[in-house]
Amino acid sequence: MALDSKIPKGPISDKWTHYKDHINLVNPANKRNLDVIIVGTGLAGGSAAATLAELGYNVKAFCFQDSPRRAHSIAAQGGINAAKNYQGDGDSTFRLFYDTVKGGDYRAREANVHRLAEVSTNIIDQCVAQGVPFAREYGGLLDNRSFGGTLVSRTFYAKGQTGQQLLLGAYSAMNRQIGRGKIKMHNRHEMLDLVIVDGKARGIIARDLISGKIERHSAHAVVIASGGYGNVFFLSTNAMGSNVTAAWKIHKRGAFFANPCYTQIHPTCIPVSGDHQAKLTLMSESLRNDGRIWVPAKLEDAKLIREGKLKPTQLAEEDRDYYLERRYPAFGNLVPRDIASRAAKERCDAGFGVNKTGEAVYLDFAAAIERYGIDQARLKHLDENDKTLVIKLGTEIVANKYGNLFQMYEKIVDENPYSTPMMIYPAVHYTMGGTWVDYNLQTTIPGCFSIGESNFSDHGANRLGASALMQGLADGYFVLPYTIGDYLAPDIKKGKISTDTPEFDAAEQNVVDQISRLMNNGGTKPADYFHKKLGKIMWNKAGMSRNEQGLKEAQQEIAQIREEFYKDVKIPGTADSFNPELAKALRVADFLELGELFAKDALHRNESCGGHFREEFQTADGEAQRDDKNFAYVAAWEYKGNPSDAILHKEELVYDNVELVQRSYK
Amino acid sequence: MKLALKIWRQNNASSPGKMVDYTVDNIEPDMSFLEMLDILNDELIVKGEDTVAFDHDCREGICGMCSLFINGEAHGPDRLVTTCQLHMRKFKDGDTIYIEPFRAKAFPVIKDLVVDRSSFDRIQQSGGFISVNTSGNTIDANTIPIPKHDADKAFDAATCIGCGACVATCKNSSAMLFVSAKVSQFSLLPQGKVEAKERVLNMVNQMDAEGFGNCTNTGACEVECPKGISLENIARMNREYLKSSLI
Repeated sequence: MALDSKIPKGPISDKWTHYKDHINLVNPANKRNLDVIIVGTGLAGGSAAATLAELGYNVKAFCFQDSPRRAHSIAAQGGINAAKNYQGDGDSTFRLFYDTVKGGDYRAREANVHRLAEVSTNIIDQCVAQGVPFAREYGGLLDNRSFGGTLVSRTFYAKGQTGQQLLLGAYSAMNRQIGRGKIKMHNRHEMLDLVIVDGKARGIIARDLISGKIERHSAHAVVIASGGYGNVFFLSTNAMGSNVTAAWKIHKRGAFFANPCYTQIHPTCIPVSGDHQAKLTLMSESLRNDGRIWVPAKLEDAKLIREGKLKPTQLAEEDRDYYLERRYPAFGNLVPRDIASRAAKERCDAGFGVNKTGEAVYLDFAAAIERYGIDQARLKHLDENDKTLVIKLGTEIVANKYGNLFQMYEKIVDENPYSTPMMIYPAVHYTMGGTWVDYNLQTTIPGCFSIGESNFSDHGANRLGASALMQGLADGYFVLPYTIGDYLAPDIKKGKISTDTPEFDAAEQNVVDQISRLMNNGGTKPADYFHKKLGKIMWNKAGMSRNEQGLKEAQQEIAQIREEFYKDVKIPGTADSFNPELAKALRVADFLELGELFAKDALHRNESCGGHFREEFQTADGEAQRDDKNFAYVAAWEYKGNPSDAILHKEELVYDNVELVQRSYK
Repeated sequence: MKLALKIWRQNNASSPGKMVDYTVDNIEPDMSFLEMLDILNDELIVKGEDTVAFDHDCREGICGMCSLFINGEAHGPDRLVTTCQLHMRKFKDGDTIYIEPFRAKAFPVIKDLVVDRSSFDRIQQSGGFISVNTSGNTIDANTIPIPKHDADKAFDAATCIGCGACVATCKNSSAMLFVSAKVSQFSLLPQGKVEAKERVLNMVNQMDAEGFGNCTNTGACEVECPKGISLENIARMNREYLKSSLI
């Protein structure tokens, strides 16, 4: 099957406008005869549900949490990009487009990224109209900050809780439609299969997590907005419940899975403290606006610090190695995430790590506190040579900007980050890969769409900071509502889709069989046992750096764990009741398949790009070495039973507007 | 650390529940409270017993899913944290810890420590929004300047995570702090003023219909709120409510 990305013809800046001018529309009277299922209610799913309902479609929304307000978009901290150019610092739609393509190491689809940049400004207008309380300057206008990989300030924010405020905005828009009866919300439901009738996605099988009941739901189209699959690593900054299940189920029904190996390892997370740990916590990239990253310059100092015999604050300036500023003078501490993460790993592998396990670097705010303190002292006509006063004033400014993050850090680590540098280390955060979609955000299954983090389309091999929120809301508020209308237009006479058909029977039976296989296997070990084992393999062999041998081993080992899992997983309780262990096991089962495909994808991509770093392919100074001649394509995998049998399809990436060069932030 | 746990077990909303004793050993002070419960549950699975059900998701204090009443306090003994941010260093070796669900008439128990907080959603559905269409055809975001002070206050109110600690803590099971946070956020912003009257009336009516109690100014909600939502918001909501009822 040849992949058709359906990119509209014409110059890049006209594609989206031209496309919108020529698509099929559904008139308002007909929209009420059309049902749309949306799985997942984060920024993408929530905004799509609200907008489609508002347009007149009947929306059935599903989330596994107890309320749409709890989707993991809520945890996004730093901000959302938009090419508003409010700062007058040279920003534009083209520059946001260019930065995103370059940031993605030239592995994203140009047309999608340009559209994203075009609608970015609408998002800010929309959210402000909804009452999202973005940070403002004293004049009452919106404030901006900078994020990695850009030379302008285009990030809008609400302290360190931007994701929360944007999600609550989408949630409130949903609530308005739920109240009007246009969205039927199904909380605490997990989608466990996709139903295809006559080649089109026509419904889902879902499990009510409270009663355990297996339910059939039909619609004229199905939208997957279930987020990313970072939890395949067990430890990540994702929520405990974040999973690949919905995306994986559609993959098994025919949706190609693209670039699974493109994973973002975020450089600034709180380091792992022990084996008991269930998840990792992010410290926003926005902290790199003011925090300086360093390790001791001398190995002996690093050793003393690890042993607790030396404090970081005792180290003189010349004994510190601000390695990002040293290696990348142009972007300094604000290099993109993949580069910052690898640089941290490089220093720690070389023995300069600063915590007990040697896997941490410092993120230091002392210089920022002093700088802000002096500013404030001058502003208030106070003595700028009074060190205590300066630190007090500077601390207030830093607390105002990042207070909640510092508090989070202090609660977890039990150290005060205002007076001693934070310790941070990279952790799995976001997945750029996901279900393959065309320009319409439609998967290879007609009528099945995928939006937000669950698709692959906009971030290439590495996502820039503050772009995930942008993409989620762009897809849901401004892109899908057009493209899905074009798809649904011929369906206006279809009428209600019956759930009483052989296709629904078969899909339900498939779910019932899998559950009974897991419940009745006579196993002995909790699902987490297998999940942790999988996570260790992923982190060690398919994590921040990968090589041929490790990836081959990973594939075999994961296949083995999967076999062992089905034989020996133990799920207490019953299937027809509230059973968190069963829900967990069903998710782990899918991770165990995805993990193997992930390794297979990483092994086949004989180059390094963005978050995918193959040790065999690097430049003399340790940077990622792309191979544009052989790998400038999207790897879209077709399911054929075992992950090892998956078939590769290629979507060649064509760059008409951006020149492919070695990505440099020096 | 070795700890004795007394945990509320209840099969479903209609069955009676009771406290059951458990012991956990080898708990590290750096573990989070929920990681301690993970360990207990893994042990229960190996023993062939049913696990203790509890709600949790983000485990970084922002989703509002976790909801435990620990030693008589919502989210436990620490301040300005959710249960998932509570660490075992706040307890001592040999302690006995009582773990119960967030109890309120409007929060029926689903199982063990998991409660149904959909009443909160219904309150939001009754008016917790600004009725703008999501078409993107709105005015430029910088057209209406908003004083930083108001924007910051609106933000502070908007940081409510909807966990329900305020309700669980209140002797009247009042949801006033939760409702007033949303009412305040919008009443402080020019965009929200257009519908301010209907909003506050509808939300308060729904709150009453769900069976939440009234506020008697005890202030316990503010103390236990993991996000430090201020009691000031309740005063603001009362003003809004009076203003809207009288005119």
